[in-house]
Amino acid sequence: MKNFEYTITDPLGIHARPAGLLAKTAKGFGDTTVTVTKGGNTVKASQLMKLMGLGVKQGDQVTVAAEGPSEEEAIAAMEQFFKENL
Amino acid sequence: MIVIQGKGVSKGVANGPIYFFQRPSATITDAPAADLEVEKQRIAAAQEKSAAQLNALADKARAEAGDETAILFETHAMFVEDDDYVECMMTALEERHCTAEKAVQLAGEEFSAMLAAMDDPYMQARAADIKDVTRRILNNLTGIAEGGIDSEVPVILAADDLAPSETLQLDKSKILGFITQGGSGNSHTAILARTMGIPAICGLGEALKAEYGGRQVYIDGETGQVAIEPDEITLASFQSKQEEQQKMKELMETMKGQKDVTLDGREMMVYCNIGSPEDISAVLSNDGQGIGLFRSEFLYLASSDYPTEEEQFQAYKNVAAAMGGKRVVIRTLDIGADKQVDYFQMHKEENPALGVRAIRICLNRPEVFRTQLRALYRASAYGKVAIMFPMITSVWEVKECKRACQKVMAELDKEGVPYRQDTEIGIMIETPASVLVAEELAKEVDFFSVGTNDLTQYTLACDRQANDLGKFFDPHHPAVLRALKMATDAAHKAGIWIGICGELGADLELLETFLAIGIDELSVSPTSVLPLRAEIRKSIAKTCTLEKLEC
Repeated sequence: MKNFEYTITDPLGIHARPAGLLAKTAKGFGDTTVTVTKGGNTVKASQLMKLMGLGVKQGDQVTVAAEGPSEEEAIAAMEQFFKENL
Repeated sequence: MIVIQGKGVSKGVANGPIYFFQRPSATITDAPAADLEVEKQRIAAAQEKSAAQLNALADKARAEAGDETAILFETHAMFVEDDDYVECMMTALEERHCTAEKAVQLAGEEFSAMLAAMDDPYMQARAADIKDVTRRILNNLTGIAEGGIDSEVPVILAADDLAPSETLQLDKSKILGFITQGGSGNSHTAILARTMGIPAICGLGEALKAEYGGRQVYIDGETGQVAIEPDEITLASFQSKQEEQQKMKELMETMKGQKDVTLDGREMMVYCNIGSPEDISAVLSNDGQGIGLFRSEFLYLASSDYPTEEEQFQAYKNVAAAMGGKRVVIRTLDIGADKQVDYFQMHKEENPALGVRAIRICLNRPEVFRTQLRALYRASAYGKVAIMFPMITSVWEVKECKRACQKVMAELDKEGVPYRQDTEIGIMIETPASVLVAEELAKEVDFFSVGTNDLTQYTLACDRQANDLGKFFDPHHPAVLRALKMATDAAHKAGIWIGICGELGADLELLETFLAIGIDELSVSPTSVLPLRAEIRKSIAKTCTLEKLEC
């Protein structure tokens, strides 16, 4: 399993559009599961509604993890995505 | 041949098949399903269709409106396919043994409730997205097309009468004309038709039968005649009128790029009335010189919750930017009376036209007002925005509005958000009271704009929505025209400009009177710009008389 921690800088947090893009990106790694954890709650990054339900805001710290055959590739893509969009 | 006579409320001749407007029915029952497998397949099919529609919308938006809008549709498409959302529907089916409709409705309620319960206003607002998506799936389940028109070819749209929120959602590319059982020349269907430049006939009553759906019809929005499957003679007369219409259109093309000026050099500002940002294309193609009335209600009517500052800002900014520095007068919300919005939770009024409407709502609910003013001022940095307050009767109201503006400007200053300090502030003159105190009001604002429909309604004590007042509702009444003169004199005395943004502005019979009174601006439906320009360019202001005022 690979993971990283990230502090959200987007003023709106993980709102609908980035959540949508994130879910879409996270689905692209076949059997590799990507999760997002905030304050003890973990959801799959591909679960759009649950992801929004986490209520991640600016300044919140989240842990992003990837597990599966292409976890290296997935975690790198996620890091880039968070830096660019969130 | 079947001929029905109604009241023509928007000129032009059109022909096509009759299509009856379908209202989504709210009757989703808890009745048990006959076969769960069938219901599951129905959900899957509706889901697939919805996602395909949304992706197509996203492609269309990307080509026409840019990435931002496209991503919104793509996000909606992802909602549709979200595993948890779908699982929630399937669980509802299994547990309650209900119909697909009920299961979709329950899942929509559960997820929108989840978002609505979050303590973040942005996320709360996303509940509306889920509701929107749920409605789309439901429409696909029940076979009701988005936009109300499930037809491949453009149609003549028939209805009893259309509510403002319904006219907003119509797929306008599929409408050739309107025929309605109820309504009047001032109803929203009529106003929409005139903006679109297509014919409309109302007041057809029971003679317009649902069984006529699908039959070919010719309609004439001038005479109010509807001819279903016309005979040869009738057909020939309709067709010759259509040809004339085409020639006129070509003549009007020559007016583009010309100035709005009389033979003796008096200039008139000819602006447009619009109801949503998508009307901008009509303004530009008809060479409108500005926007004299941008009704902000569409934002409130088309959504199921208060529109956010950001949503409003984007809409205003787009219009201001699209007009490239030309004046855009945006009217603050004019809800109430005939335009009701559920989430405002207004008390039922015996006489809503005289009730809590328009500016009265804003002054009673400072938060709603503040959100709109912030969006307006933020948009002012992107063009020449002017803010206009409706339904003013007293000087104190204007002072209170101005204080609210000052407060918003101070906030933006503090936040370092750009806006234009010289944004013009104006008021609607649409009550007899505002005419009588016009001199005092003129000292407070930068411009007046006369709403002739309401001014006529309140001056003559005639309900503008009622379709049986007929001859009593007379916007040419000397009382209305004298009120116009009084307001104009007051405006000019204070050195401010005055326009007309009501339907009367496009009334060519009154152009001479308007020139004599000294009106500076006429704001009309985009399609009226060029005919009005042609008439102005033939007029001589100096010789115009006040004859119609009968004084």
